[in-house]
Amino acid sequence: MNTIGIIKKGEYYDSITIMLIAKHISEMEGVADSAVVMGTKENKSMLASSGLMTPDIQPAGEMDLVVALKLNDGINAKFVLSKIDAVFKATKISDEGENFIPQSIDGAMNVLPDANMAMISVAGRYAGDVAMKSLQRGLHVMLFSDNVPIEKEIELKKFAREKNLFVMGPDCGTAILNGVPLAFANVVNRGNIGIVAASGTGLQEVTCLISNAGCGISQAIGTGGRDVKKEVGGIMFVEGMKALADDANTDVILLVSKPPATEVMEKIISVARGIQKPIVGVFLGASPELLKGSNIRQALTLEEAALLSVAHSKKENASVVIDALKKRETEIIKTAREEAAKLSPSQKYLRALYSGGTFCDEAQLLCQDVLGEVYSNIPFGSSKKLKDSWKSENYTILDLGDDEFTVGKPHPMIDYSTRNKRILAEAENPETAVILLDIVLGYGSNMNPLAEIIPVIKEVKRITEKQKRHLPIICSVTGTDKDPQNRTAVVTALGAEGVNVMESNAAASRLAVSIVSRKEK
Amino acid sequence: MNNLFQTELKVVNIGLKSFKETLDKQNVKSVHVDWRPPLFTDEKAMSIIKSNTGKIDAANKQALQKILNSKPFIVGMGKALDVVPSMKKNLLLHAGPPVTWEKMCGPMRGAVIGALIYEGIAGTPEKAEQVAASGQIEFSPCHEHSAVGPMAGIVSPSMPVFILQNEEYGDKAYCTMNEGLGKVLRYGAFSSDVIERLKWMEKILYPSLKRAVEKIGKIDLKNIIAQALQMGDEVHNRNRAATSLLYRTLAPAVLQTSDDKEIAASVLEFINRNDHFFLNLSMGASKISLDAARNIEYSSIVVVMARNGTEFGVQLSGTGDQWFTGPSPIPDALFFTGFTKEDANPDIGDSSITETAGLGGFAIASSPAIVQFVGGSTKDAINYTLKMYEITAAENNIYKIPYLNFRGTPTGIDVIKVVEKNILPFIDTGVAHKNAGVGQIGAGVLSAPAEPFVKALIGLANKIKSNKE
Repeated sequence: MNTIGIIKKGEYYDSITIMLIAKHISEMEGVADSAVVMGTKENKSMLASSGLMTPDIQPAGEMDLVVALKLNDGINAKFVLSKIDAVFKATKISDEGENFIPQSIDGAMNVLPDANMAMISVAGRYAGDVAMKSLQRGLHVMLFSDNVPIEKEIELKKFAREKNLFVMGPDCGTAILNGVPLAFANVVNRGNIGIVAASGTGLQEVTCLISNAGCGISQAIGTGGRDVKKEVGGIMFVEGMKALADDANTDVILLVSKPPATEVMEKIISVARGIQKPIVGVFLGASPELLKGSNIRQALTLEEAALLSVAHSKKENASVVIDALKKRETEIIKTAREEAAKLSPSQKYLRALYSGGTFCDEAQLLCQDVLGEVYSNIPFGSSKKLKDSWKSENYTILDLGDDEFTVGKPHPMIDYSTRNKRILAEAENPETAVILLDIVLGYGSNMNPLAEIIPVIKEVKRITEKQKRHLPIICSVTGTDKDPQNRTAVVTALGAEGVNVMESNAAASRLAVSIVSRKEK
Repeated sequence: MNNLFQTELKVVNIGLKSFKETLDKQNVKSVHVDWRPPLFTDEKAMSIIKSNTGKIDAANKQALQKILNSKPFIVGMGKALDVVPSMKKNLLLHAGPPVTWEKMCGPMRGAVIGALIYEGIAGTPEKAEQVAASGQIEFSPCHEHSAVGPMAGIVSPSMPVFILQNEEYGDKAYCTMNEGLGKVLRYGAFSSDVIERLKWMEKILYPSLKRAVEKIGKIDLKNIIAQALQMGDEVHNRNRAATSLLYRTLAPAVLQTSDDKEIAASVLEFINRNDHFFLNLSMGASKISLDAARNIEYSSIVVVMARNGTEFGVQLSGTGDQWFTGPSPIPDALFFTGFTKEDANPDIGDSSITETAGLGGFAIASSPAIVQFVGGSTKDAINYTLKMYEITAAENNIYKIPYLNFRGTPTGIDVIKVVEKNILPFIDTGVAHKNAGVGQIGAGVLSAPAEPFVKALIGLANKIKSNKE
């Protein structure tokens, strides 16, 4: 043991700083015992009694700081002393703490008193209470959380309606308010088309298609999928319609949803009747006769809905849209014929692997008409349920965003790993005729999708070339060039790898179906 | 819809932090909430509380009015036996909720031993332990006798006490004189020098101060505390400014009423050398203000937080004299040379009455000199005070924090907010050695334990329910 002592002459430290320094020194490696004290008589006698006194520190006076150390054998005193110097320097009080982070709505309202929106993504069992608190403080609510009990949703929405506030959600993944994309949303042009949507990816698709067509969005209000069910009664869907009807910056209204409950649909139609603005509606899976006699122009795909809204926005005739889609269909058939010709006899089936739930639904609808027997983990329309979601059979259209694929993992729009594995498995399968994918850009999604998907596509090529097969990969990219990922960059890179990138999910689905059905013939 | 479309979007983000980062990238004004689940979610209790929100709010408003209107003054001094309610010769008052000799922690036992020696009831520590265990000595919380005591908080019959009066409501409160730092009775030390100091305080200090206080008439404690907060005290772990202000008030009167210069000088020097002399008075002032808010039906305001070194106890305005308790935690602390957390006793003392009144840890933004206790930066200290606004019902009208643009200190802990927001009161504290007889080994901070607050909320719900039936 080696006892050493140093005097820091005339250096005043308050007692707390000394305690702090002493703590640091006592924790240093090689220091067996230590003391940091002012050199008062009492302190020096304390040092002596604990065996820390050395002749060096004997002369210390009351205004001197004394550091006494007992070092383990073999420890370099000089090194320890230099470290102690550093400790003294580091204990100068700084003002570099963290800024205050409130722990409640009340606290947040103190920091930002004129806040008007609460974005809530806490666990579902608490989210309802947090949302209620927010409404009570006069905030509109975007409720990203899922697993909120339906009774709570109804309570929240009724309360909000009384107070003239929105409750978007629960399970509302996307919205664009006053030009601000919220949660999973894209950076789109502002414009005169207002949207109410009970479908997250549906909303993303239509906003992007509208923006990419040169038009823009005034407001895009999400309601959460359950809003149009009988129990909730479309409270926020209807409130959203009314708000857009009253909004001076909205000239066209677009409604996006799966088919609502009958009474809710009736309510929507009746509210629409009182609105003077053109209204387009896409209710995926509904009969084409659904809106007969109403003033809502029905579209059968998200793309058609977006383009019809664009036509209204530009004050063009709807026939422009019909003509354009017809022309595009001709091109699809041509491409499909070419691709089908390259397939080998074993390749029969479509394998669609989606990250967007609404895209999965839309693809099923578009495939059922042509292919008949379609399987899915989330069957929609006439589809059948897969026996095992991890094994494709026949024509398979999968939603990889469903809970059974995401346990303990981020959503497939963020984490591509589960889908990437599945892509490779389908590529290995000689029965696979087409792989159909979606890539969703925007805030909330993976910021570098190319790094995730390109290596897999290269691997698919390696596999299929080795087995002397041609496997078309068809993909839609939901996004805009203003998104942080930049849609053009993503499309170009995918194109360079031979992926057939289509402008919408409807177009991609049509192409995929056409290839497979042509192969059949 | 409420003009939302015409207003700039300003977002409160609760949950995923990445959403806030996205908003930042788009230059949207937003604030992130570090949300956590409530301390408990007993549907029954919470629904009783929720369905009585109006009454609870009104009761709390009344409670806060009483706390804020209170005017604590020193009005005199006396012997505990003569002035403290229900004091008697075989009674020792102690800090915190009720505790038996068997359950007392080391420093509390040490202080009891010291007090029995001081009172002449026992001649030796061994004898004192026998007496304490024999059942002939009664123990009772200070708080049940209008008194407060720091650390072990022992008040014995012969001890002199300050008499405080609430000039607004007339109530009285009592506290002992502070002995100083280091090896002292309140930290559980009982060696002969500790007893001698107590005797000196009784025979020399007390008569001198009693005469001085009589000469002055009354001393405005609220005024001293308000000034001290602007001079770097939070009047719990730092009382240097308040002690100085009190000293300035007392000194002329001590001299004027003393026949003996040496004695007068020794009295003034004792106060001068003890930065914590004011602590007991800031506690007394807090106690008397909070007592004014007791027994207001439906009120969820905390009127007592106190620790006996074994348990942490809470009392609410709306639940009468009922204690809600849970195990007392060990503080995070800076330790004197030679001591570590291993040596520390669980938190002890009535001094958390200062936090209950919106001082101490709640006012730590006022006290940059002691920020080393809370992480070393002044911002940390400010954040602790800001956080306490989340769980309090009001901002103090007199006690102001210079750095926060003279915002009033967070005052009146609302147990409902504590439980719902899962934010526990933040307390400055001294640390006693866990063994009897050693004394103080450090100082630091801690968050109050959750259990007493959860129990208190359930207690309030039950009380409201039974009132209605």
